[in-house]
Amino acid sequence: MGIVFKNVVKQYSNTAAPAVDNISLEINSGEFIVFLGPSGCGKTTLLKMVNRLYDTTSGTIEVDGVDIRKVQTEQLRRGIGYVIQQNGLFPHMTIESNIAVVPRLLKWPEEKIDKRTDELLEMVHLDPRTYRKRRPNQLSGGQQQRVGIARAMAADPNVLLMDEPFGAIDAITRSSLQDELHRLQRLLKKTILFVTHDVDEALRLADRIIVMQAGKVVQFATPYDIVTNPANDFIRKLVGERDVYRKMGFLKVEDIYSADSLDEVAATADGVTLTDDLKLVFNRMVEEQHKAFAVVDSNNKRIGTVTMDRILTKLAQ
Amino acid sequence: MSYLFDHPDKVMPFFWEHVRLTFTSLLIALCIALPLGFVIAKYRKLQAPVTSVLGIIYTIPSMALYAALIPYTGLGKTTAMIGLVAYAQMILVRNVVAAIQGIDPMMIEAAKGMGMSKRQIVFRIEVPLAVPVVLAGIRVATVSIISIGTVAAWIGAGGLGRLIYQGLNHDHTGKIVAGTVTIALLAIGADLLFRIVEKIFSPRTA
Repeated sequence: MGIVFKNVVKQYSNTAAPAVDNISLEINSGEFIVFLGPSGCGKTTLLKMVNRLYDTTSGTIEVDGVDIRKVQTEQLRRGIGYVIQQNGLFPHMTIESNIAVVPRLLKWPEEKIDKRTDELLEMVHLDPRTYRKRRPNQLSGGQQQRVGIARAMAADPNVLLMDEPFGAIDAITRSSLQDELHRLQRLLKKTILFVTHDVDEALRLADRIIVMQAGKVVQFATPYDIVTNPANDFIRKLVGERDVYRKMGFLKVEDIYSADSLDEVAATADGVTLTDDLKLVFNRMVEEQHKAFAVVDSNNKRIGTVTMDRILTKLAQ
Repeated sequence: MSYLFDHPDKVMPFFWEHVRLTFTSLLIALCIALPLGFVIAKYRKLQAPVTSVLGIIYTIPSMALYAALIPYTGLGKTTAMIGLVAYAQMILVRNVVAAIQGIDPMMIEAAKGMGMSKRQIVFRIEVPLAVPVVLAGIRVATVSIISIGTVAAWIGAGGLGRLIYQGLNHDHTGKIVAGTVTIALLAIGADLLFRIVEKIFSPRTA
């Protein structure tokens, strides 16, 4: 399941070197994957081959176990969410009509579309009563892109393709959109392929990052591994020198905790959860003067321990 | 002016004749220009030859064109309309091409990526987005047809031009003024009407 690329090549007739050069990758269902690289590295081409906006020269791509060339193109695309840069919304349609594009193509009954539209707008924090009847140009860039995301999710696809969706949005709005997208992905468990040339965006959003250079994948790894173990000088330069504090932001309690219940944990301190990042845990250790915390599950039941020593050991790796 | 107010019954038939001539010509012109413009917007190789031919027709003075047509199609409305349709092509086709090519390619890609068929892209995206620009072309073409239509009275097309010619032949200033004022009002009115329609159809500024 998920998305599998097998020896995928894209050769344009007007260039000597292939845009995508024999790429094989396996992406798990529900993963947030970021394609990162400079312009012209082939990341957008690779993305657009998934919904066949570009056809592969050779090799195969499977989405949820189905070879994409064995499905009718339009049908394939209706089953994959697609978000592009700014201006992706149709200016002559209201927000609700924009969101309804794919459901209408799929001939959903109007009642179902109506209900779904409200649901989606609420999901991206836009009040349906206020926004349904508006035109895209009456919304801010950030709001438009929220609608763009809602529109892509309209028919509840398993896979979402996003081509530099936040590229033209100011830094503050971009950061809140990133948080929003991250939240939605955790909630809905979509498989997301996200193209960007923004390193910070990639590190922030990705479960795993595919770093591309001249049509090839140079590293396919977690943000933490990319920062701590860059595969070559190109990636080292790309991600720059990231400080230790920042590294902790890419690590979660679940990466380092021990399942034992050590006595040294202060009974008074509130526990931390598996998904807390180490930056947060470290801050609390310093502020609350504890060298260890209990790790608790969602029912507040203790399932292990995280210690300052374990954090330091991991960072030294 | 007094002729216009004293004899509206004599002016109005010319007015309606002019309106009929204008809108019949416009309708025929659109039937040619819309598909032609759409096709050459898509097949860019055809664009240069088609627009240069239309450009040449457009530069021929109307009197000369009519004179050249008379041996083949004779005097009367048919000849007048052939000329009017030919002149309108340049304006209309150029606008249709600009309208289609002015659509942000991202729109088309978004539509494609969401799974619209070619046909659905044309009718749900390209046509509605092109409408405001095409309407502006129709407005300009209409005003041109109204003005050249006045000259067409010379070859027996009727309309308000005929009133002006009558005035010139009989040295009747009242008829000349009545014809001129009415034709100006018709042109201004048509322009205004299409501006309102354009407003209704242009969502970007709504």
